Amino acid sequence: MGHLLEVNGLEVKFALRFGDLTAIDGISFTLDKKEKLGLVGESGAGKSVTGFAVINLISKPGFISGGSIRFEEHELNRLPEEKMRSIRGNRISMIFQDPMMTLNPVLTIGTQMIETVLAHRDASKSDARDIALEKLRKVYIPSPEKRLEQYPHELSGGMRQRIVIAIALLTNPALIIADEPTTALDVTIQAGIMELLSQLCETENMGMILITHDLAVVSQVTQRIAVMYAGRIIETGPSDYIVNCPRHPYTIGLINSLPGARKAGSRLTQIPGMMPNLTAIPPGCAFHPRCRLQEPVCKKSRPALEPVSAPEHFAACHQVDKTVDQDKLLNLLNEDNQ
Amino acid sequence: MFAFIVRRIIQAIFVMVIIAGIGFTVQNKLGDPVRDMVGERVSVAEREALRDKLGLNDPFLTQFGRFVRNAVHGDLGISYFHNKPTVDVILSKAPATLELVFGSTVMILVLCFPIGIYTAIKPKTWFSRFVMGSSTIGVAVPVFLTAITLIYIFGVELKWLPSYGRGETVDIWGWDTGLLTADGLLHLILPSISLSSIMLPLYIRLIRSEMMEVLETEYIKFAWAKGLRRYRVWLVHAFKNTLLPVVTVFGVEIGILFAFTLLTETVFQWQGMGFMFLEAVERSDTALLVAYLVVVGVMFVVINTLVDIAYGFINPMVRITGAK
Repeated sequence: MGHLLEVNGLEVKFALRFGDLTAIDGISFTLDKKEKLGLVGESGAGKSVTGFAVINLISKPGFISGGSIRFEEHELNRLPEEKMRSIRGNRISMIFQDPMMTLNPVLTIGTQMIETVLAHRDASKSDARDIALEKLRKVYIPSPEKRLEQYPHELSGGMRQRIVIAIALLTNPALIIADEPTTALDVTIQAGIMELLSQLCETENMGMILITHDLAVVSQVTQRIAVMYAGRIIETGPSDYIVNCPRHPYTIGLINSLPGARKAGSRLTQIPGMMPNLTAIPPGCAFHPRCRLQEPVCKKSRPALEPVSAPEHFAACHQVDKTVDQDKLLNLLNEDNQ
Repeated sequence: MFAFIVRRIIQAIFVMVIIAGIGFTVQNKLGDPVRDMVGERVSVAEREALRDKLGLNDPFLTQFGRFVRNAVHGDLGISYFHNKPTVDVILSKAPATLELVFGSTVMILVLCFPIGIYTAIKPKTWFSRFVMGSSTIGVAVPVFLTAITLIYIFGVELKWLPSYGRGETVDIWGWDTGLLTADGLLHLILPSISLSSIMLPLYIRLIRSEMMEVLETEYIKFAWAKGLRRYRVWLVHAFKNTLLPVVTVFGVEIGILFAFTLLTETVFQWQGMGFMFLEAVERSDTALLVAYLVVVGVMFVVINTLVDIAYGFINPMVRITGAK
């Protein structure tokens, strides 16, 4: 059986005055039906751009410059716009980061839901309304009839994100791309929304790409994780392995910087330095200037994703042999911080 | 919503009182009505007596109160030149000006939205570039120059359109209108184009920049991600948000349009309030000038209040704050 989504060597560039800037540099991943994949990285790593590339909605001056995106039986980046539109919001839905910004302030919730159904289904307005109500109930919105008449500003942030999720569900999509769906919400609400999304994927038979910078969130929900750095996937594998025995020094750094990984009251570990600007990606391994393990080879050649010990676990690092011994590495990182 | 409307109306009344105050002060300090009324030979004592009789020696506030009371009853004094109540003079000239303003407003509204939206959606086409280039020129060229150029091209050289006066008008319930005759409409074309030439470029630019800003927002991105058709995203999602600032500005700009009727009416010999105002200036007809100030002020306030109320209908957030 083929994959639901198969991204191969995807390349996204931004056409700027001084030349093209590579934002996504040949990434590949697959997603099966009902599978949940986490796309993790710092801001600017290219996670969101990847999500938008899948539905061919990269904002100008960005464009897909290479690779292929296969979804169901379609080659998405070769589809004419009208065909793409009929997939976008229909077979593939997207959930955005900030629910305060994603709903149009001057249109009622009802209008914004019904129009989505009408854009993809040959349905009457009252049928569309019924579908909207059904989906609002699915995301546990109290008194859904009343919500349809309301404007976004009359609702709380958590409620709005539920409505955005309900809109994403309207057309029973096969794939949901959730771009930082809980980042803008209160911590107490985050867990509820995450739980809801995860549960909906099961009941509605949806695959999900969960884009986030929060490894803790992603590890609880997804089966697989891909870690991105400077426009590339630098490590990918089953969530358990990525969280418990990461092999790329960057992933290790990310995990050690989680508050839970440290003794209470002790200083949080951080990765020294910043992710490079896209205009100045270092030669060789893009992470080498921040890496404790760097050797001369890291500056010269760019490591490819290669299988490491665990099954289906890949990392792109020349020094991957050194990261087998986690304790040693952890000590190294600690010394560095003191 | 109701509370919001009431509050706006109270504010409007407050503004009108201030306008009346300014008008009154001008009249009070500009020239001496007694000297205008009597000749050189009347003695100082007689003048004082006349002043007392006319109430000109009363305290400022008493006089102002009287002025407001009279104004509310539609009495804004007598025009020296026309020898008629100023309000009557103004009302007889008002239809011409209102029709001129109406004509250019229609022209602005019909053109600014499609052009503004188009140039925002397709900023790189030759048409958009042409519009943006020529709008700079449109803003920079003064109205009277536009008017004279138009008269020269279409009135003098091509002889297509009449270039002065209102043409044939009909009287409908005391309203002297040129909108119902072919001749009247032909006469309206050049003055309306000239008058709209100051606002139209500004409007196109305003709508374009607002629309471009809105098109970058998250909710427009989300609308695209929902797979909506293009025209739905542009005309419903983006345009409705573009309208908010445009409507606000429109109220103010329509007042400016009235101000520019002074120039347009003069160039086209258009027998409206603006033309009348310039004549009154030449004849130092103070009462008429003040009455004009007050009447135009009232129109300005009424239009702005209506615009604000319309804004409340478009923007749901205003309605909520108004209800509290």
